[in-house]
Amino acid sequence: MTSGTGPPRLVVEGLTVRAMGSGAAIIEDVSVEVAAGEVLGVVGESGSGKTTLGLAMVGHARRGLEIASGSVRLDGTGLSSLPADELRRLRGAAMTYIPQDPSSALNPALRVGGMLKEVLTAHGRTDAEAAARVQEVLAEVGLGSRPEILSVYPHQLSGGQQQRVAIAMAFACRPRLIVLDEPTTGLDVTTQRMVLETVARMCASYGVAAVYVSHDVVVVGELSNRVAVVYSGRVVETGATADVFGAPAHPYTQGLLRAVPSPERSGRLVGMEGVPPRPGQRPPGCGFAPRCPLVIERCTVAMPELVPTGRAGQLARCVLVETGQAHTEGTLAPAVDKDLTKAAAPATTPVLQVTGLGASYGSNQVLSGIDLTVPPNSCVAIVGESGSGKTTLARCIAGLHMNWTGDVRYAGQPLPPGIRRRPKEVLRGIQYVFQNPYASLNPRRTVGGLVAQPIQTFAEGRRVRDDSEILDALRAAALSVEVVNRYPDQLSGGERQRVAIARTLAVSPRLLICDEVTSALDVSVQAAVVELLRRLQHQRGLAMIFITHNIALIRSIAQQVLVMHNGQIVESGAVADVLDHPRAEYTRQLLDDVPKFSAAMTSSGDAQ
Amino acid sequence: MTADVAPAPPVAGAKQRAHPVARLIWTRTALGLVTLFIVSILIFAATQLLPGNAATAVLGHNASASAVRTLQLRLGLNKPPATQYWDWLSGVLSGRLGTSLANGQSVWGLVGPRLLNSFVLVVLAGFIGAFIGVGLGLFAAIRRDKPVDHALSVGALAVTSLPEFVVAIFLVIIFSTVLLHVLPGVSPLESNSGALKPWQAPKELVLPVAALVVVIVPYIFRMMRAATIEAMESEYVEMAQLNGLSRVRVLLRYAFPNAIAPTIQVIGLNFLYLAGGIVLVEFVFDYPGIGQGLVNAVADRDIPQIQFIVLVLTAFYIFMNILTDVVTLMATPRRRVPR
Amino acid sequence: MTAPAPAPAVPAPAAPRIRRREWLHILTRAARTPRGMVGLGLALVVVLIAVIGPFVVSYPPLAFVTVPGSPPSAKFPLGSDILGRAVVLDGGWQLLLMATGAMIIGVVLGTAAGIAAAQLRGWRDGLIMRTVDVILAFPQLVFALLLVSILGPARWLLVLAVGISHVPQVARVMRAAALDVSERDFVKAVEITGVRQSKVMSGEILPNLITPLMVETGLRLTYSIVIITGLSFIGFGLQPPAPNWGYMINENRIILTSNPWAVVAPAILIAILTVGLNLFTDAIARVALGIERAEKIIAEAAGTGIVSEIPA
Repeated sequence: MTSGTGPPRLVVEGLTVRAMGSGAAIIEDVSVEVAAGEVLGVVGESGSGKTTLGLAMVGHARRGLEIASGSVRLDGTGLSSLPADELRRLRGAAMTYIPQDPSSALNPALRVGGMLKEVLTAHGRTDAEAAARVQEVLAEVGLGSRPEILSVYPHQLSGGQQQRVAIAMAFACRPRLIVLDEPTTGLDVTTQRMVLETVARMCASYGVAAVYVSHDVVVVGELSNRVAVVYSGRVVETGATADVFGAPAHPYTQGLLRAVPSPERSGRLVGMEGVPPRPGQRPPGCGFAPRCPLVIERCTVAMPELVPTGRAGQLARCVLVETGQAHTEGTLAPAVDKDLTKAAAPATTPVLQVTGLGASYGSNQVLSGIDLTVPPNSCVAIVGESGSGKTTLARCIAGLHMNWTGDVRYAGQPLPPGIRRRPKEVLRGIQYVFQNPYASLNPRRTVGGLVAQPIQTFAEGRRVRDDSEILDALRAAALSVEVVNRYPDQLSGGERQRVAIARTLAVSPRLLICDEVTSALDVSVQAAVVELLRRLQHQRGLAMIFITHNIALIRSIAQQVLVMHNGQIVESGAVADVLDHPRAEYTRQLLDDVPKFSAAMTSSGDAQ
Repeated sequence: MTADVAPAPPVAGAKQRAHPVARLIWTRTALGLVTLFIVSILIFAATQLLPGNAATAVLGHNASASAVRTLQLRLGLNKPPATQYWDWLSGVLSGRLGTSLANGQSVWGLVGPRLLNSFVLVVLAGFIGAFIGVGLGLFAAIRRDKPVDHALSVGALAVTSLPEFVVAIFLVIIFSTVLLHVLPGVSPLESNSGALKPWQAPKELVLPVAALVVVIVPYIFRMMRAATIEAMESEYVEMAQLNGLSRVRVLLRYAFPNAIAPTIQVIGLNFLYLAGGIVLVEFVFDYPGIGQGLVNAVADRDIPQIQFIVLVLTAFYIFMNILTDVVTLMATPRRRVPR
Repeated sequence: MTAPAPAPAVPAPAAPRIRRREWLHILTRAARTPRGMVGLGLALVVVLIAVIGPFVVSYPPLAFVTVPGSPPSAKFPLGSDILGRAVVLDGGWQLLLMATGAMIIGVVLGTAAGIAAAQLRGWRDGLIMRTVDVILAFPQLVFALLLVSILGPARWLLVLAVGISHVPQVARVMRAAALDVSERDFVKAVEITGVRQSKVMSGEILPNLITPLMVETGLRLTYSIVIITGLSFIGFGLQPPAPNWGYMINENRIILTSNPWAVVAPAILIAILTVGLNLFTDAIARVALGIERAEKIIAEAAGTGIVSEIPA
């Protein structure tokens, strides 16, 4: 059931990996196959076990985990039955791994040239052969023009260069199997595009069997021929990429695709409530049942089997598929009631007006010539890569960064640079949601305490006695009121971010600044949070600044957009205009580089 | 292929700005000299510029008024404090260290040979301790969570808490007096003559060095073990394993170089500690070093000796601090070579 | 997705909003770990002996009762010391009191300096830390010796000297921790609403400094005991005739061969006390930080009582 020719190179059958202490299964009964020259995408969110699966495919289990049952065969050789030094001979040569974060996966104490040579000499090449091969493979990844590259340490390279070194290391010994674990995490869009192209090109030319593990549905969609969707440790759907993403059969896959933002279509993102179960706490029956919108009685009784859906090669693990009740058409995006990108009526005093803002850190100028207008009841997105200055801009407006010049007016009145000099009404009116939900809540306060803090600060002396304001804020952020007595470390990332949002809503702000608030969240959670913010902005007539590096998101929440690069604005305007008809070269490049679902997939089931 | 947005990596070895190691040495040395200067003022103030009268303190309250006056004149206590300090400082810098109040000999004559004796002690204890500590730490990390590791770790924890004089006493009890009679409990090396050099009487060195080694090994062991374990758990070690490198190779070229950097820092700081640790250990073994010299000088209230010995110890402290930082920096490529 | 239909039942508003007395929770949890139990037990045994010892003996401890240096007998279970007094386990409580005093001085002053430096930033930060670092140039024992050399070993001076010698290390640790916490987003989230700095400090920063504070307290107490007994050992600490274990060890070295107990007993007591305290401090660190992180951090902080700062 592969798309390549000949017998599959990698065969995983009934693989189960358990934690040694508790016996909890991380992945369970996983069976996939990969042919030579084929790319299998493994898609899953946090807690799905996808990384563990990727490592198991090269015969590795992390400390505390063990392969409990099932088999992994590379060209017929079972990996778990091999003696240790046989396995070592295969690793790095016949089967290789490209890690998620090259900055921590490359030895900081060794020079790049030495690391690359070492992999070759450890697998039988002579020094001369190794040196020649290193040059060769570095050229293939696009690092061949700089001879100094051999003598630098990893930390001297950029993220993209480090990842290319990792790719070179993986391809050096001409492997038969490559497993890639989200190798573009943390890279900016352009670098990501370059890395993906390199990977695709080399996989094709080497004819390797490749497995691409990722949470990024769109990237997987671009790169892979076939895909396996993993949830709660099991494969819930698998098949050709065009089939699975074009006409998904499993409710989880459908939900995942509904949550994926796209720069090409405007629509409400639909997230999935709840969190995936942790290993050891998986319910009997289907793992997705607690969150499934289509759940029926039978789903909770026993784990469904992977059964064919009707399309060749596509299997899904769902009761509805078994009974032939699954709907696979038109599930990609809901009907859009109105174009979200239409701006609200202009000609009222903008909530925020920025003219000619410049900012510096010490003597370093990081922002210049920034103009920005935020009308009431609208959302302005600020898009840029890391280092573009977007967060600095947000901090200047919020008062956290004081070293700026320029004219900034809030509700018509000039805004002083720091927090100290701002009147209470202004402080109350401008609220901020931080990027990292794991760091923006004091671990020693309960949710109720955290939401109560700003309420108390702006309560003008009167002691806040009853909790109705707190509970109202929690409800507005779509949280169950039971969380009021919990501590942050008892909540998931999505819930924590909602607490951070509730905290700002509690004091009824006029301007809400959201700084990369979904970057640390899974796609489905991201969708829910973005949709929540959109609704709130609409219902309360908030002015909102939505900062992100993900240009695909803005169509689902904003009307205006500013594109920033190197501390300056390169383009601004209505979202539809900028995305459909970009004028600046940088914006065009950015839109080109962003991963998109191929035309074949978006054309099916997309109502616009 | 689109161009990489990052700047080209610098040519290896190129110095776009001042080399971090050189920069570190300059700034820390300058800072160290300033600190030493302030320290010298502190030392001087604590011994000579006291409320009440230093001379009275030296001679005791029953001394005759004339004796006190004589001493005052001799020490220059009637001059303004700044002049006194300058006299002393200029004397030290030009090698005129004064004469001991206790026995009238030149301070240098008394302290000089002691410096050598203590130096030998510190160097021996430091290097032996470092080797043993690093070796045991590595061993324990490799055999992590096995009985050997547990035994070593708990042992280290127990020994690390013991005061050095207690360790010294226990060694004396075990090896000199009560249980075995193998090694001398007191040293016959005479400081006055300076005739016997430490290496000419090795048996006298064994117990003092052993006491110091026992005290410092647990610290080095703990850090090496913790740092090695952390390195073994790191992603780059996992990557090396996934690349099929042998266990030995992974240990030597991946784990060890990254674990040794923080350990070097601890080793350096232990050399530092030894500067203070020798005081009690030399006292126990009657070893003629500057530690014992300091104790005697304080007992005799011999101000010039006290001043000089403390100055030497603090200067050594400051210097070792700088040296440790420099060596640690050099062992960390991430800091040594700028982006 | 909207929240479920609002239920009339609302959680009790009286629930506490802030985790209080976290330090107590850490202590009790640490005391339940095997390491903590052993450590606390050992330390408490010695403290008990120190406190009760003087009252248990049936004769005044300073009386000359028998031949100097006689081995243990039925009447005098630990034999007699060099002066012919019975060897009793008196001589601990004053040491403990002084060590505790030194620890308190060191921790209070050091924490104040460290946090002030972290909050003030800029040149004031540099000034505070450089000033404090001058003390760091002295070995702790030598610093105390220097101060008592001319003024004499008065008890208050000893406590002060040892206490001050702790300040640099405590200041460094607390400054680093305070800097780390004040950079975190949750502190900024409160600052952004214009709350007074003092309230930010007391509500957000200080409560999150409990762990380094507790670990440093444990370490400082242990080192205080080590230094003060060491000073007493060479005769510059607690003075005779006040009994003290440090001095006893030195005093009775000469009669080691005839009655080793005069030396061994106080030495063992000191050893057990310091080992127990160190074990318990270790247990606290493990409970608060997790085992692996604790190992590395303690190894670094306890290196020799100094953590050096390397400029980037």
